[in-house]
Amino acid sequence: MKVSIYRYNPETDREPSMKEYEVDTQGKDLMVLDILALVKEQDQSLAYRRSCREGVCGSDGMNMNGKNGLACITPLSQVAPGVLEGKKPLILRPLPGLPVIRDLVVDMGMFYNQYEKVQPYLQNNTPAPAIERLQSPEERAKIDGLYECILCACCSTSCPSFWWNPDKFLGPAALLQSYRFLADSRDNATEERLSKLDDPFSLFRCHGIMNCVSVCPKGLNPTRAIGHIRSMLLERGI
Amino acid sequence: MSIRTITFDAIVVGGGGAGMRASLQMAQSGFKTALISKVFPTRSHTVSAQGGITCAIASADPNDDWRWHMYDTVKGSDYIGDQDAIEYMCNVGPEAVFELDHMGLPFSRTEEGRIYQRPFGGQSKNFGEGGQAARTCAAADRTGHALLHTLYQQNLKNGTQFYNEWYAAELVKDDEGNVCGVIAIDIESGETVFFKAKATVFATGGSGRIYASTTNALINTGDGVGMALRAGLPVQDIEMWQFHPTGIAGAGVLVTEGCRGEGGYLINKDGERFMERYAPNAKDLASRDVVARSMMMEILDGRGAGPDGDHVFLKLDHLGEEVLHSRLPGICELAITFAQTDPVKEPIPVVPTCHYMMGGIPTNVHGQAIKLSGGHEGEDQFVNGLFAVGEVACVSVHGANRLGGNSLLDLVVFGRAAGLFIEDQLRQGMTQYEPTDGNIDEAMARLNRWESSAGGESVPALRKELQSVMQNHFGVFRKGDLMAEGVAKLADLRKRIANAHLEDKSGPFNTARIEALELDNLLEVAEATAIAAEGRTESRGAHSRYDYPDRDDENWLCHSIFDPKAKKLGKRDVNFKPKTVDTFQPKARTY
Repeated sequence: MKVSIYRYNPETDREPSMKEYEVDTQGKDLMVLDILALVKEQDQSLAYRRSCREGVCGSDGMNMNGKNGLACITPLSQVAPGVLEGKKPLILRPLPGLPVIRDLVVDMGMFYNQYEKVQPYLQNNTPAPAIERLQSPEERAKIDGLYECILCACCSTSCPSFWWNPDKFLGPAALLQSYRFLADSRDNATEERLSKLDDPFSLFRCHGIMNCVSVCPKGLNPTRAIGHIRSMLLERGI
Repeated sequence: MSIRTITFDAIVVGGGGAGMRASLQMAQSGFKTALISKVFPTRSHTVSAQGGITCAIASADPNDDWRWHMYDTVKGSDYIGDQDAIEYMCNVGPEAVFELDHMGLPFSRTEEGRIYQRPFGGQSKNFGEGGQAARTCAAADRTGHALLHTLYQQNLKNGTQFYNEWYAAELVKDDEGNVCGVIAIDIESGETVFFKAKATVFATGGSGRIYASTTNALINTGDGVGMALRAGLPVQDIEMWQFHPTGIAGAGVLVTEGCRGEGGYLINKDGERFMERYAPNAKDLASRDVVARSMMMEILDGRGAGPDGDHVFLKLDHLGEEVLHSRLPGICELAITFAQTDPVKEPIPVVPTCHYMMGGIPTNVHGQAIKLSGGHEGEDQFVNGLFAVGEVACVSVHGANRLGGNSLLDLVVFGRAAGLFIEDQLRQGMTQYEPTDGNIDEAMARLNRWESSAGGESVPALRKELQSVMQNHFGVFRKGDLMAEGVAKLADLRKRIANAHLEDKSGPFNTARIEALELDNLLEVAEATAIAAEGRTESRGAHSRYDYPDRDDENWLCHSIFDPKAKKLGKRDVNFKPKTVDTFQPKARTY
């Protein structure tokens, strides 16, 4: 099958280009990450990130035939119709909207900055008990669908509002984490967290496009989390 | 050669659970602490841990006792775990786990609001007399993910200085062998830097990638063990490799023991629950080495499933959709993705798969790396400036076989312990050892070798060959002649790897360079494993030999110590002197 990969090495290339490779999959429905490993055996200069190869570490977010996802849990058959059968090439590009360091490796700095801005850690100024802080199963259930985020950046880099204002709009991943702590019964910094979000950009640049929901490899729903924060901000304003 | 130097009080190499728990401890206390990680920390392999962290917090059972956990761990280790270290881990554990809750780890909960605990293999009540214990604290089946992200978040809060996507390539030692820091490469730019510190903490994780089939992440290439061995330091019990009973057949992806904890069980091709024959009491929740061997026996006896009869099944459908989706949601995802099987409807094809390195750099409970001088077995001498925690270390709490859920506990307890100890040492005034230019050059030699390589075999091909040697010669069942053959093949590979070729010598994000450096480490771990496995002439825990089928307490109730200079195997005494409880005496190990 044919694979077309975005290549750019700042040391040698003036501009990026797409390079074609031929890979023999023996008809198997391999994961895209397996294809990358086969290409790298041919051409060791190809750079991409990878670690767990099972969809939990979030290293290998990339754009596959136009859609963001994790290479390690995306089988060829799911990339686009005709790719597995070799009728169409597999087209791999770096996550859009972030600076490219080399090939499929993007500079995640802006993405991590936004994450850090939401103070993504539990805050509780009451003295800790000798055992755990008690939390009912119902309270705990409120952070399901939030804490599972793997910081792969598939969502934020598919979000037009993030492309436009990556420095001022926090983006879906950071906002999901913001709500993860707002929703945690053990956290009591709600007021401080909300006041930091109460400006025209940080949260309110979300226009409900929902690309984040359609690409999240973990099936999470940042748009819903953003909606919950909006409600909290509105209630606080009344 | 002069390179840029960056100076810290302490550097931690590795951003998994152990490394980040250690760095957190020191950063919280205001020490200038750097964490060097070859991946962004939340991409470290701790993230893949599923089932939980075993610890007697007395939530599921108000009468639970850390001493029972200690007994189980000593027995699980097949009696070569150090009892002082196991005592420390099980005793301090609850405090360390409650701290994690206070940091925000999203544990699953009981109706009482306490941390949810599930049954895991090898866990008993009342010193093996009271039946199965539920002692493994869980955040659904994503405990490692929850733990790792929580620790990263706390390190952010406390000002740890992160060097993410920096690769530590070599230890820097002075003429006396004291550790001064490490040489590291900034992967993004390609720059090489000397990190100088009073304390260097290795938390580099495991090396499962020496095997062709492993549950381990692609980054688990034994970098810490490789660096230690090249520095002439010994490793302990390195022949002890855990094969996890339930890796997804073909893919190698882990399926948590928590599945069996929740009531799942293994069946052979005839649908028989075969563990009842091998472990009549604990059945599917026997210790991992026992279950893995039983599965292999079924397969070797022709009761394996599939066209090649090469796997068995993990049956979960009887647990019902609700339990599976609430307690084991990650497993359902993984089974669908990697086995095209929905566990709600059909069993998952599984096979024992390389999972965990019980051996590693020998340390005491403070993480201080131990070097041995000839003839003084059991008398510890330390490598000044070097510490090791987590899977790279052998403290030793796992001995010949680790119990499920004990690795996460090991990470947080000993990461914390090393942090506490180093803090104290820094307050008292710790020596910064100074290397000469010659010492730095020595540490740069390997990098320079690859940079000047002009031809030779390729890294991916050599790596594949090494992995298949380990898979075929040092698997679940071992045999002297087969291992001797494997040792010879590795000796040949050593010569070829020394002349291998790095074609791409560019600077920015050159992953070919990193993979070349990793190959050197894989080779070091593989060779140490091979020689130690051939040398331990008995069967104990995960080390199971056809030619020596029995445990030999007379000769081998001890640690093995591999000396990389002589390439010889020595022995070191196991600690049988816990401080607050009576010694657990070795006895026959049945489940």
